Amino acid sequence: MTKAEVLQLKMTATRVRMGIIEATHSAKSGHPGGSLSAADVLTYLYFKVMNVDTENPQDPTRDRFVLSKGHAAPCLYSVLAERGFFPVRDLTTLRQDGSYLEGHPNMNTVPGVDMSTGSLGQGVSAACGMALAARLQGANINVFTLLGDGELNEGQCWEAFMLASHYKLDNLCIMVDVNNLQIDGATNTVMSTEPLDQKMDAFGFNTIICNGNSMTELEQAFILFDRAHGSGKPTCFLLHTTKGKGVSFMENAVDWHGKGPNDEQYEKAMAELRQEYDVLEKEAQR
Amino acid sequence: MSEPKMIATRDSYGRALLELADAGCNDLVVLDSDLSVSTKTCLFRDAYPSRFFECGIAEQNMIGVAAGLSTFGYVPFASSFAMFAAGRAFEQIRNSIGYPHLNVKIGATHGGLSVGEDGASHQCIEDFALMRAIPGMVVICPADDVEARAAVKAAYRYKGPVYMRFCRLPVPVFHDELNYHFEIGKGEQLTDGFDLAVISTGLMTGEVLKAALKLKKQGVAVRVINMPTIKPLDEDLVLRAARDCKKILTVEEHSVIGGLGEAVCSLLSEKLPTTVRRVGVPDQFGHSAPAWQVLADYGLDAEHLLAVMRDMIKAN
Repeated sequence: MTKAEVLQLKMTATRVRMGIIEATHSAKSGHPGGSLSAADVLTYLYFKVMNVDTENPQDPTRDRFVLSKGHAAPCLYSVLAERGFFPVRDLTTLRQDGSYLEGHPNMNTVPGVDMSTGSLGQGVSAACGMALAARLQGANINVFTLLGDGELNEGQCWEAFMLASHYKLDNLCIMVDVNNLQIDGATNTVMSTEPLDQKMDAFGFNTIICNGNSMTELEQAFILFDRAHGSGKPTCFLLHTTKGKGVSFMENAVDWHGKGPNDEQYEKAMAELRQEYDVLEKEAQR
Repeated sequence: MSEPKMIATRDSYGRALLELADAGCNDLVVLDSDLSVSTKTCLFRDAYPSRFFECGIAEQNMIGVAAGLSTFGYVPFASSFAMFAAGRAFEQIRNSIGYPHLNVKIGATHGGLSVGEDGASHQCIEDFALMRAIPGMVVICPADDVEARAAVKAAYRYKGPVYMRFCRLPVPVFHDELNYHFEIGKGEQLTDGFDLAVISTGLMTGEVLKAALKLKKQGVAVRVINMPTIKPLDEDLVLRAARDCKKILTVEEHSVIGGLGEAVCSLLSEKLPTTVRRVGVPDQFGHSAPAWQVLADYGLDAEHLLAVMRDMIKAN
């Protein structure tokens, strides 16, 4: 990637973060922390990796994405809106009566959403089914799914990992947003899942560890996923991220897992993101 | 009259999948969770291995995988015992299939008390209740081989989630395949009568028929209604029976909580209050014993049903 491309992606990710704040402020609820940590990887995925058509969201040949950590819906919606699946202004209807933007992703109401999720551990299984289906069709389709690190407490995830490996789903990329926090506290105090890299290796994955908030590191990770095609191994990204990334008072604060910002907090968060955006924009114009 | 053939509806399930595939249903895929020899999906597996997905002893994941396959236009039949499909994977069925209304069929064998010797841990008597409660879910429990195979084919043609309960116990085949037509949401009146209407589902219909035949010889006409679709319920048929017969008996190999009996009561209490007696498993677990013995222990055999029917008719 050129420096200009990296800057463009960072600007897009910053707009995605503004959308997350707009949506959760407007809803007075939702999950900003785990949405902000995932903003970079979903931006990279939808703007650089996935073959999707905003004019034809149901195109059967498209790549698929399943947000297994469905509570990060504000992030997915914001990315889809930025990508052009629906108007950005609709983000402020999140969780409102009559809105198509349900609290957790609904594949039947939101253009661009490939699977309804929200109950942890379930999306990854559906992604496995999609990867099997793509292979059965003989189609060149990649399937991506994003899990939370807390989500890995769910036994169903490990059932799905077994199946992905057993069926040699090398068209499947399982991404874990390792932001180290879950509702009751730090992941290593609530329920230890480390050493994750060794566990994923042992489950037969092509395991890649990277900084999930770095566009250049994400680029390298997706190159390695591409190269894994034909290897017979599914890929797992362990994305080290910062929960609440981009909004100072939300960063690494477990409290910001599942509540919306009030008016004052909203202004502060938006000011920070606008400032970040201006810096990136100036740099891009240089 | 020759003795009727005895066939377990789980065998019908396996055969029907094979018949569909043989007929060119190329979008049919089958999943199982290490029970394919018992659920009889092994017939499909051996004939169409590339469209059979063994998921191991991991029913929750199997349901999600089936959901994912269906989003590509395949028609997955996910198979396990009723206990582990409707029971263990309830929330996966609810959220990954029911909520998005995906075109997945759940083939649940070994339903009810008639698993027999395996005992209470495997005797699923709650599956109708669990599956009925999921919005948009069709719930089917066929009575014999002919009905079971027709139901599987109807489920394949129907667009949307369907739960089907099959059983391990071989039971008499009383339908004539040449004249039988299955339609989701339709019950069938097997005998005419005005003294009492008996509405039953699954293996119980065969027992009800035996009891009704005895009563007929004694000059008592009982209306026997077979109700293979528990949801959506054939409301017209139930209401007509209530109007004509004034008294209704429901019979099912299921808890009296949440099954066919309660579905009938819900309908009648709102539209035509009628005396209803429910025979099923009272609020308790089953136990180990040969299948027919367990059924008899809970009054789910022709002899006990005959007594209940007589009792209800007498109470005029």
